[in-house]
Amino acid sequence: MKLRIDIEKQQGDFSLKVKTELSGERVGIFGASGSGKSTLIHLISGLTKPDAGKIYLDDDCLFDSQKGIDLSPEKRRIAIVFQQATLFPHLSVKSNLLYGYKRCKPSERRIGLDAVMKALNLEHLIERGVGKLSGGEKQRVALGRAVLANPRLLVMDEPLSALDDSLRYQIIPYLRSVSEEFGIPCLFISHSLTEMRLMTEQVMVIKQGRLDQITTPNKLARANMALSPHGYLNLLRLSNPTMQGWLHHYPWGNGALIISDGRKEGTSLFELSSRDIILFKNHPEAISARNLLECEVMELFEAQGRTGVVLNSDGKTLVAEIVRSAAEELGITPGTTVFAAIKASAFRRLG
Amino acid sequence: MNLTPDDLTAIALSMKIAVTATVISLPFGFATAWLMVFKPFRGKVLLEVLVNLPLTLPPVVIGYFLLLMLGRNGWIGQALASVGIELVFTWKAAVIASATVGFPLLVRSIRLGMESIDRQLLEASRSLGAPWYDTLATVILPLSLRGMVAGSSLMFARSLGEFGATIIVAGNIPGLTQTIPLAIYDYASSPAGTSMALSLCLVSVALSVSVLFVHEVLAKKLEHGG
Repeated sequence: MKLRIDIEKQQGDFSLKVKTELSGERVGIFGASGSGKSTLIHLISGLTKPDAGKIYLDDDCLFDSQKGIDLSPEKRRIAIVFQQATLFPHLSVKSNLLYGYKRCKPSERRIGLDAVMKALNLEHLIERGVGKLSGGEKQRVALGRAVLANPRLLVMDEPLSALDDSLRYQIIPYLRSVSEEFGIPCLFISHSLTEMRLMTEQVMVIKQGRLDQITTPNKLARANMALSPHGYLNLLRLSNPTMQGWLHHYPWGNGALIISDGRKEGTSLFELSSRDIILFKNHPEAISARNLLECEVMELFEAQGRTGVVLNSDGKTLVAEIVRSAAEELGITPGTTVFAAIKASAFRRLG
Repeated sequence: MNLTPDDLTAIALSMKIAVTATVISLPFGFATAWLMVFKPFRGKVLLEVLVNLPLTLPPVVIGYFLLLMLGRNGWIGQALASVGIELVFTWKAAVIASATVGFPLLVRSIRLGMESIDRQLLEASRSLGAPWYDTLATVILPLSLRGMVAGSSLMFARSLGEFGATIIVAGNIPGLTQTIPLAIYDYASSPAGTSMALSLCLVSVALSVSVLFVHEVLAKKLEHGG
């Protein structure tokens, strides 16, 4: 996907003015609430008309005020998954799923009902009324409906905000897989940095209706390390633990990570705050923390007075956070070896 | 029960007029409500006042205006007369009177239904490839059905009771334009008519109860269907 926008829109006191070019298969739009994210996608999808400017998607003109081009939303083929599932209450799950599909030209139908039902695990819901679905099921149906419209761009406007934490991380794999499996480029809107990192490869940050920067989700997370109450969150996808007592031993390089709050089967996603990693210059003989990892320092970065230490632990990356004086005292520089101590209870399971 | 053949004709005529007025008004009522709820345009307030005016005007005044417009010297009357159509003092004039008086009730109910539709459903529909008229037919219309049922029942009931505008524009001709309320009016003004008037009153009550009953059943059905 290549999206070229140069638009202006005034709405009451709020003004949006963005000029940029985005390319990539999964691009995020990140910003606080009220920063203009939703307005921007309304403009891109044709639900709101810009005051002036142009929007091009893959060299096709969607809007150009000078040339007098303004494609209607149905012609832009940009399907939206909203924060609320917005399923049609008078239609069955199946009719909801097929709403966009039926309106898509037969020549442009690449993705069919069976494939989507399988990918999103919807088979058992198909004959139900939409009123009888749970929040997570509704959002999966809404996602399926958008994918079945065979759009050229899938816009996800805070699709996880209305769901509770545990459900949120159950839906993310679906969101990712539909975009990857069906090859639909995706524009993901969120104010959650963790969601951005799980969903996107490139992020456009907007602040008060203006483009702030285009960066990668990881760089953004590092830059925000000092601002967030939890520092930088390491996201770890771990699987197949063995149980020893009450503790889960997840394979990690040649050793294991010991985690209290694990799950016996399958893959789980954990977050680990950069502030929960303690660094030792030499091997501490005895320590209560269950994990002591020998790491190589790869890189140091500064973020508002804090120092982030990028560690290589058995080929995997972790980011720890220390104050600058600690870095100087311990002589932590790229290439040195340190020991990272992490408590088994410091890992928070997301899903 | 004591009903003369003329009374039976009045009952049938009342029904005919109420059904016709409601059926004819429904598409216009839907379109007006849609304009008011979903379309921003200049002069919206003016349209609103115009639509609601019959609710506040005395029906007799409405009847008189209609008579002026539809009569031989009125501009609509003249146009219709040139193609051989005469409305005043026929049952069709009674339909127009009923439609005018009941229209605001119809629009109000449909509007209430439409205003409760989540706007994001319409955005979802458009982004899924539906042109505006498709969204209108497949999302707005089915989700307005309850409002339309409620509005139609109200309008139907209002038409059954229409008196003031009808008597002026359609007259009170037994067998031709005399509806139930007009017949009751005739009976009430003659000393011997008490029992006849009461019979028609009972019919009136029965019809009103039936309308309300049908409305409740339909509303329940739509609720469960959705």
